[in-house]
Amino acid sequence: MQLTLWTYEGPPHIGAMRVATAMRDLHYVLHAPQGDTYADLLFTMIERRDRRPPVTYTTFQARDLGGDTAELFKTAAREAYERFRPTAMIVGASCTAELIQDDPGGLARTLGLPIPVVALELPAYQKKENWGAAETFYRLVRGLAGGAPVVPPRAAGRAPTCNILGPTALGFRHRDDVAEISALLRKMGIEVSIVAPLGASPADLVKLGEADFNVVLYPEIALPAAQWLERKFGRPYTRTVPIGRLATAEFVAEVAALAGVDPALGQGGDAARSEWYAKSVDSGYLTGKRVFVFGDATHAIAAARIAAEEIGFDVVGLGTYSREFARETRAAAQRYGIEALITDDYLDVEAAIAAAQPELVLGTQMERHIAKRLGVPCAVISAPVHVQDFPARYSPQMGHEGANVLFDTWIHPLMMGLEEHLLAMFREDFEFNDRAAPSHLGAKAAPTESAAKLVASAVPPQTATSDAILAWASEAELELKKIPFFVRGKARRNCETYARERGVRLITVETLYDAKAHFSR
Amino acid sequence: MTPETREVQVLRERGQREVFCGLTGIVWLHRKIQDAFFLVVGSRTCAHLVQSAAGVMIFAEPRFATAIIDERDLAGLADANEELDRVVGRLLERRSDIKMLFLVGSCPSEVIKLDLGRAAQRLSRIHSPRVRVLNYSGSGIETTFTQGEDACLAALLPEMSASDAKELLVVGALADVVEDQFRRLFARLGVGPVRFLPPRQSGELPGVGPGTRFILAQPFLADTVVALERRGATRIAAPFPLGVEGTTGWFQAAAAAWGKAPEDVARELAPEIARAKTALAPKAAALAGKTIFFFPDSQLEIPLARFLARETGMRPLEIGTPYLHRALLSEELPLLPADALLSEGQDVERQLDRLRAARPDLTVCGLGLANPLEAEGLATKWSIELLFAPIHGFDQAADLAELFRRPLERRRRLAA
Repeated sequence: MQLTLWTYEGPPHIGAMRVATAMRDLHYVLHAPQGDTYADLLFTMIERRDRRPPVTYTTFQARDLGGDTAELFKTAAREAYERFRPTAMIVGASCTAELIQDDPGGLARTLGLPIPVVALELPAYQKKENWGAAETFYRLVRGLAGGAPVVPPRAAGRAPTCNILGPTALGFRHRDDVAEISALLRKMGIEVSIVAPLGASPADLVKLGEADFNVVLYPEIALPAAQWLERKFGRPYTRTVPIGRLATAEFVAEVAALAGVDPALGQGGDAARSEWYAKSVDSGYLTGKRVFVFGDATHAIAAARIAAEEIGFDVVGLGTYSREFARETRAAAQRYGIEALITDDYLDVEAAIAAAQPELVLGTQMERHIAKRLGVPCAVISAPVHVQDFPARYSPQMGHEGANVLFDTWIHPLMMGLEEHLLAMFREDFEFNDRAAPSHLGAKAAPTESAAKLVASAVPPQTATSDAILAWASEAELELKKIPFFVRGKARRNCETYARERGVRLITVETLYDAKAHFSR
Repeated sequence: MTPETREVQVLRERGQREVFCGLTGIVWLHRKIQDAFFLVVGSRTCAHLVQSAAGVMIFAEPRFATAIIDERDLAGLADANEELDRVVGRLLERRSDIKMLFLVGSCPSEVIKLDLGRAAQRLSRIHSPRVRVLNYSGSGIETTFTQGEDACLAALLPEMSASDAKELLVVGALADVVEDQFRRLFARLGVGPVRFLPPRQSGELPGVGPGTRFILAQPFLADTVVALERRGATRIAAPFPLGVEGTTGWFQAAAAAWGKAPEDVARELAPEIARAKTALAPKAAALAGKTIFFFPDSQLEIPLARFLARETGMRPLEIGTPYLHRALLSEELPLLPADALLSEGQDVERQLDRLRAARPDLTVCGLGLANPLEAEGLATKWSIELLFAPIHGFDQAADLAELFRRPLERRRRLAA
């Protein structure tokens, strides 16, 4: 049993719904109790979809449990077929239906529907949403393309072709990533045959083995299907996820090699502005800012690299809730000399962020809550999603434009460079003081009080006890207040560490500046 | 207006139900009882549901969480009760402000027959006197949406001390602002003492006994009614305090139980009624003659349809309700227009067929249906807001009408 305040991923059948809802002409019959239909609102409200997800729920109740829930499932499946006339169907169970063991796959087979029916086994008490999406996509691809003939590679003189795999409904910026990467591929003279699951029909999936190679945009979802397509049809897939300027350049090189085209065709040219923006003197103040990164593995690993190599931040925390990609995330964290945080426990993430005292959090909507309470700026880089993560404007994370978008969205929550300098110079200015938020974000007071409490509650108890014997002289406390609030926590911590190491009981103004000199070496 | 008597014909349907389960009640109950914590014992789906239903509106540290059952618990590798004790211990250690903890049962906990009643007793002993631990079921196999509140309130009953005092008990979670208005009005009418269930603090639970006269503020509290009556309390039959007419009838019924003369009560309420009608008039004008279709959701549909039909001139075409408790709605049903179809239960696809055939001016439905229907050109009012917004009482009658006017007004503004 796990105590969960917020969950990063839904159950695996939500992953299946993300695949089904992304596709055309597919229907999902889900054996589930009353109430599980809440999942529809994820798509209709959060993503503002204009159609209901193509899902029929059996919505059984207690009175049905004594009767025939299996018959209920068969009726639902039969009526769903008659009403929606899909060209393929997936069937499965949610967590409660899994316990009553009705075997939706077997029941559906007895109906003799004239369309392919793919049965899903999604263990709800072991696995989660992304795994469910990956498994569903893999089962669908295997079930539908499994009988397709292996076609020979493209004849000389024909344009190279590829599929784009991984985008789903309710994905973090998937809509715009697909547009951006499709345009990039076309610019390189590569034809995009099929995008799947987003916008694909079952008939499209049958033909997935025909393209020359596959572009895996979201390994969390597309990797098992891409690996199977490679085994079955001998079609390679891309390893680089094009998030960030450097990764986009590597992606272009990888794709050019697979397609046999000139990588120069994929350069960003004048539209790739993030490199110059990062190099311009205005960005100098970004140097060494402490940033904590948490999200799904793909977005978190990419964000850490961009933070370190493209913007010049210090990565002080890197973690993911994607246990399936723990190894990759640990390897990435090593590059920044830190230990990766692999957890889906919101409380652990909260404690880790509080302890790391970052100046910027790059996380999910959950970390946005944490950062808000700590009074630390935050930009959202990954699912789980919120209605705000589906902006009306074009806002990809991938490709050349994606790199521009990331630069803008990460810098936006921060003080602007000059503003930060003014704050440092005129610490007791009536407008530029520590309770002022960045001027472009409205005049909200920084929640310093609650943040301090949270930090205090998050530090391990042994520090708390040794803190008790440390005291701050009142003038040192006043001097500390002159330090801008966004570095004050760090300054306080440094002073106390310095004092503790030297057995100093009372922190004076002198101790404060001694510590400053000590730590700035 | 004279109530038309009608033979209540009901269309009963079974099929896919597009409704929340009772866990959703946690979203407002945890705001109402300010020192209570709601721990769902369930699956990742339960956690995801509560978070998704609440996530768009809650930004404070939530006072709800889920103890997610995993395969180790199911396979018997871990003792589910020991696991639960550990989780509760961790939770209460973190939240010293919590005085009452609800273990909330879910579909999986029901199906695996985890005895949360015994667990609550055990945990109460462990954490007494700091925290009382109670339990109820919000599972989808047993409860539909607002029935979660019913189950929660019924679970509070054994905690309420026996009392012989003659007191008025208002039953059903109300917005604090409405509660305060009601308190003031009852004082003016000379009705009281007045207590509310649920209370804002768990320590303020009212007593209950033969002297208790209770009046429902919400129509979905059938189990709580039974539990209160078992303790000797007497229900005051009344229309629900939605709209001017309903609120007037509600106060009249309560005052009558205190032996107040109807004309005295009417005189006392007259300024309230006049003010409410003034505020309501322009909203009603915008709604008059418009047709409305209710999908079953909160069980508030019948009193809402009565209000809209009789006070704004809207025409209900279909009034869907998940359950129809005739006894609790005895004062409401005769006031419904005779030509509206009353439906109980749901087969969502068939109901959508009827909706598309009827093409009402406004559809009241859940969040899963609202945007798709808007995209089909049908104006909608999403129904969960009717549980979160203060809609009861005189001074909220216009606000309630506004909830229905706004979608129509938006369409008018955006049409150009």
